[in-house]
Amino acid sequence: MNQFKNFTKGFFKENPILVLVLGTCPTLATSSSSLNGMGMGIATTFVLIGSNVVISLLSDVIPDKVRIPAFVVIIASFVTIVDLLMQAYVPGLYEKLGIFIPLIVVNCIVLGRAEAFACKNSVFSSFIDGAGMGLGFTMALGILGAFRELIGSGSIFGHKFIQGDGILVFIDGILVFILAPGAFWALGYLIALINRLKRT
Amino acid sequence: MAKTESTFKNMVLSLTMISLVASALLGIVYQMTKAPIELSVLNKKLAAIKQVVPEFTNNPNDDMYRLPTGEGDSLDIYPAKKDGNIVGYAVNTYSKKGFSGNINLMAGFKSDGTIINITVLEQKETPGLGTKMTEPAFKNQFNDKQPAEFRMKVKKDGGSVDAITAATISSRAFCDAIQRAYNTLQKGGLK
Repeated sequence: MNQFKNFTKGFFKENPILVLVLGTCPTLATSSSSLNGMGMGIATTFVLIGSNVVISLLSDVIPDKVRIPAFVVIIASFVTIVDLLMQAYVPGLYEKLGIFIPLIVVNCIVLGRAEAFACKNSVFSSFIDGAGMGLGFTMALGILGAFRELIGSGSIFGHKFIQGDGILVFIDGILVFILAPGAFWALGYLIALINRLKRT
Repeated sequence: MAKTESTFKNMVLSLTMISLVASALLGIVYQMTKAPIELSVLNKKLAAIKQVVPEFTNNPNDDMYRLPTGEGDSLDIYPAKKDGNIVGYAVNTYSKKGFSGNINLMAGFKSDGTIINITVLEQKETPGLGTKMTEPAFKNQFNDKQPAEFRMKVKKDGGSVDAITAATISSRAFCDAIQRAYNTLQKGGLK
């Protein structure tokens, strides 16, 4: 298989959020600012690579009928390890992302890739797939987060780019984009845009 | 290698093995990270205490004691001493009235109950709205205020606190936490 294609398919053609529409729950919850979104994406990428590699290594050993529980144990272990390591060695980052890390266990992208790709392909392909999918997820979350942060609180990566006491209404942002309904709107329009682009 | 068949024996064996290896790994990682995690938690606490009380020479963490809040639980009080004299109390206080989850604050008080400074330890408020409670524009309005005179309520509720725009609930929770810290200190008797 063409490994380059395998790597880049997660960016656009099979982007986990925008095309496969997997893992929308953590997407909606963590994309309220660009930094949160990207942090969640990077942590997920680590777990995705790790679980993809281990699952493709063990795919012959695990009997078909119990593969889902086996995958879940492996994924949950990886998430817990990432959680503990971050807490110990990068406490600053952990403070920002701490609440999102356990959410990765229930992220269907990880289980979805294990089921759809890693258990049928070689270790190396699975590694590439995990990295590509993870980066695609990070990108989509980053874009969504940046968009919501820009419209919702008038800043980007936590920096307000217009300082002032609100001559224009939108300097302080349109609140609803930070809240849950804004997440649905932003994600909906982003998916619609991607669909439009794909058709041409 | 041939694919393992889904017999009962194979299923039990493979799941048991995977769980055993996973739990062993988790055990090792937990042991490995236990000390660094405790250290970083302690450092964070000390850094917060330093922000809210004047310069001290003791180790407030060793001198920590608990005072009951009168609501069935207690707050951690960290006395800050310089050359044996109390210069302030850092109180680890909380509120359950946050917009999303508990709010955890470290509040510094002088011996007469005046607020020195406040820092937010933990909050899960709405980004861009309730999170503004961590910014000086909101939290510094409490500095040098005496809670006996300064009404610890938002203006909408007849108090003296300027609430954060569109985050009244978060602002109320913040006041609630400070009031709890003050009441507890008063009841426990400021030394």
